[in-house]
Amino acid sequence: MSGKTLYDKIWDAHVVGHDGEETILYIDLHLIHEVTTPQAFAGLREAGRRVRRPDRTLAVADHNVPTEGQALGVDAVKDEEARLQLQTLGRNVAWAGIEFFPMGDVRNGIVHVVGPEQGRTQPGMTIVCGDSHTSTHGAFGALAHGIGTSEVEHVLATQTLRQRKAKNMRVRFVGRPGPGVGPKDYALALIGLIGTAGGTGHVIEYAGEAVEALSMEGRMTLCNLTIEAGAKAGLIAPDQTTYDYLQGRPSAPKGGAWEMALDYWKSFFSDPDAGFDHEIEIDVSRLEPQVTWGTSPEDALPISGVVPDPDGFQSEDKRAAAHRALDYMGLKAGQPITEARVDRVFIGSCTNSRIEDLREAAAILKGRTIAPHVSAMVAAGSGLVREQAEAEGLDRIFIEAGFDWREPGCSMCLGMNPDRLAPGERCASTSNRNFEGRQGRGGRTHLMSPAMAAAAAIKGHIADVREFV
Amino acid sequence: MQPFDKLEGRAAPLPIANLDTDQLIPKQFLKTVDRKGLARGLFYDFRFDFDGKPKPDFVLNQPAYQGTKILVCGDNFGCGSSREHAPWALLDYGVRCVIAHSFGDIFYNNCFENGLLPIRLLVDEVHALMEEARGGNHMFAIDLEAQTVTSPSGKVIHFDIHPGRKEKLLKGLDSIGETLAHAPEIDRFETAKGHQTPWLERAS
Repeated sequence: MSGKTLYDKIWDAHVVGHDGEETILYIDLHLIHEVTTPQAFAGLREAGRRVRRPDRTLAVADHNVPTEGQALGVDAVKDEEARLQLQTLGRNVAWAGIEFFPMGDVRNGIVHVVGPEQGRTQPGMTIVCGDSHTSTHGAFGALAHGIGTSEVEHVLATQTLRQRKAKNMRVRFVGRPGPGVGPKDYALALIGLIGTAGGTGHVIEYAGEAVEALSMEGRMTLCNLTIEAGAKAGLIAPDQTTYDYLQGRPSAPKGGAWEMALDYWKSFFSDPDAGFDHEIEIDVSRLEPQVTWGTSPEDALPISGVVPDPDGFQSEDKRAAAHRALDYMGLKAGQPITEARVDRVFIGSCTNSRIEDLREAAAILKGRTIAPHVSAMVAAGSGLVREQAEAEGLDRIFIEAGFDWREPGCSMCLGMNPDRLAPGERCASTSNRNFEGRQGRGGRTHLMSPAMAAAAAIKGHIADVREFV
Repeated sequence: MQPFDKLEGRAAPLPIANLDTDQLIPKQFLKTVDRKGLARGLFYDFRFDFDGKPKPDFVLNQPAYQGTKILVCGDNFGCGSSREHAPWALLDYGVRCVIAHSFGDIFYNNCFENGLLPIRLLVDEVHALMEEARGGNHMFAIDLEAQTVTSPSGKVIHFDIHPGRKEKLLKGLDSIGETLAHAPEIDRFETAKGHQTPWLERAS
């Protein structure tokens, strides 16, 4: 009999029962935010139901919050609809008795930064949130994925989800990366290779020495982008790096419980003889820094590359999509991607707003200034990340380089708050989606690492960070 | 939830691959605390120009496609964000069935929670239906019980669907009610898990 994968083991440890072809899977941690929960709480109340495990639920305000003036509180939010949604979350968590870090609380921030930072995210857990980038938490060896609002209501009421098991895929990143190449580049290269539907129906486990060498922040970047490959979740087996990150966090186990937890966590790995439905290997020593040229995360290029010719794509659908993307992005086939002049630079989002991301960008920006025509901003992932960055003097480096040092939140990754691109503006962005209109209607997004975004800010066009390292 | 059994109606072609949920309903419509009233936001940037005027070229703005109930779409429809506002907007607009070769996982799940039928077909089958939807007659018929799509030319295409999901749509079942029937199992699981991972038990 063949062994079990990490995914199989977490799944098996959470099976409550079966109902027809569906498995009822227990959920250890439910993260919630203001945008995808109001209808779920309304549904609960209409049906006369209660929240089963408020203690297994944690709420933050992140999608809608402005990135300035947060200390003034929710009532000062100018956007009337956003304010109502934030107030609604406050009322709902009070009704249910759920722990909540409201806007302005130093512990508040992007939900996928806060969970790990507080030590709520732990190995072997099942974690869900009404947000597709919940895959981030897979970096700890937790089965974590996004759900819709109806499922949010289901988890609130039952602390379970009705699930069908996905297939197992393993992606091994081998070799040592060259300078200026990191987890964002690994992820974009993978999505470029397999496409945004390449992982559909699978849970992807990341392995290999290049993954083992990553910090927790780097692992979170990699797992975060798993959803952009269409996969259900990303996973990395926990190891000493994971345990070192967790130890001492507010919700991490303490004393004797720490030893007990460690024993439990160490049982979560893929057996050597476990079978995977699909395996991929990528040699990171051959990767250049990556950047996207189009309107899908699969439109990734090495920085030395040129904008592809749409007529060179295999299928009619792909050709049509590429023509449409070039038109939208204002680019020409055959043009070196480094010719693209940027108007804006955004460093932030659940993909790249943690302390390591800010250090990486600051290392490039130190003693330099951004191009005069560029408007650049950095929104730390949480109040605590922002505090730590300030303690390290990173805020001074950003500000002296010409960046706007903003307060935490999802910000211009999706532009639900006032941080948005104007039509036609081109942005070097550390976020996760270059979809049409994502950062503002008519806005043109190029995805890249924090170091690459810093290089673009200095040069005023998409640039090779290796010139600076 | 409104049950789904049979559906007859206009089908519109949307031959765009990787049409993500940000396109289905842009960010500015996600600030609502309601499930209803989202039809205006559906495909907003496709349907309306910067001044809010309808774009005549977009298929759903053309007279022949008024009252569309079915969409025939490119690969990986509904990828990206988990926003359930996407199926809510489709339903509010009057769309009850989407046909594509593949779907984003979360969008696909969200459809079943709302009485919206997503049908997966082979690439060639989708292309054939797309051609018919582009033609002069675009009245399609869907029969969930029989698992068939009947095109205007009379072509009958069979589709696969998990039996449990089919029953859920046919009966308009409430998942939460079904799961709460398993409450004793959930209780037993929680007790056992509490012994295994006691550090996760917090005072409520």
